[in-house]
Amino acid sequence: MKAKVYVTLKPSVLDPQGKAIQHSVQLLGFDGIHDVRQGKYFEIALDSALPHEEAREAATRIARDVLANPVIEDYRVEIES
Amino acid sequence: MKFGVIIFPGSNCDHDAYHVISKHVGQPVDFIWHQDTDLKSYDAVILPGGFSYGDYLRVGALARFSPVMSSVKEFAAEGRFVLGICNGFQILCEAGLLPGALIRNRDLHFICDHVHIRVETTDTPFTNELKRASVLNIPIAHAEGNYVCDDETYRELAGEDRIVFRYCDERGRLSAESNPNGSRANIAGICNSGRNVMGLMPHPERACEDLLGSADGRDIFRSLAATLAEIR
Repeated sequence: MKAKVYVTLKPSVLDPQGKAIQHSVQLLGFDGIHDVRQGKYFEIALDSALPHEEAREAATRIARDVLANPVIEDYRVEIES
Repeated sequence: MKFGVIIFPGSNCDHDAYHVISKHVGQPVDFIWHQDTDLKSYDAVILPGGFSYGDYLRVGALARFSPVMSSVKEFAAEGRFVLGICNGFQILCEAGLLPGALIRNRDLHFICDHVHIRVETTDTPFTNELKRASVLNIPIAHAEGNYVCDDETYRELAGEDRIVFRYCDERGRLSAESNPNGSRANIAGICNSGRNVMGLMPHPERACEDLLGSADGRDIFRSLAATLAEIR
């Protein structure tokens, strides 16, 4: 069983790395790019015997307490059997 | 009085802080390994600059889980003094001992430079020997020094006189140009509501001898020593 955790900067937080990436993408000639935001992606391997809901709870706690800083970031958890 | 300087894996300003306390403040000081948890014999601890845990995940994020940090939280809750410099400030924010967070500098560069900071309050044990609105010449060296917090936190910090230092020009004027990293309202350092925990991005420990280009940082450590001497 795998937990996928996506951590993204809150919309209100400036993302200078995303801005630099956006600039590079535009230099490449892509039009219509309004914004690029950089985030983080984690894959957590979990015990396959774990019930789905428990796996979700565990991954959510990990995301909240370690992977994301709630002051600046949001997170989303997906469980894949 | 006794000072402690905590060493995390990747700290690299620990010896500078130790040197300042022993040589310029003239007080006993120990190094404290991050696995140690006994802070009973200390009156003040310094979380030094560096790159704890290689800045993995987020700056300061993993140091928060070092065994010593539970003791630092208790230490702070007892009203004893905690000073976080640069990476130490980032760790204090991650640990929830100070509000807000430090993100990538506005212009993405690692900035290593002398900057000016203005003393916004002398109502802290770290600045009570300084003059309000005086300007200090202190170096910075960071890639993630851009202080962010939400509006409510900012109002609280400003309203409770907890913004300790702001980036300014050599005459003490605040502007976007004198803000090296994009920090909210030019914030360079803040303290907690108990005023016994302070974090700042500039490195006062690197500005304690004229030979180093500035000795303006000395008074921050001397303020702390004077406060401790008074308490005893």
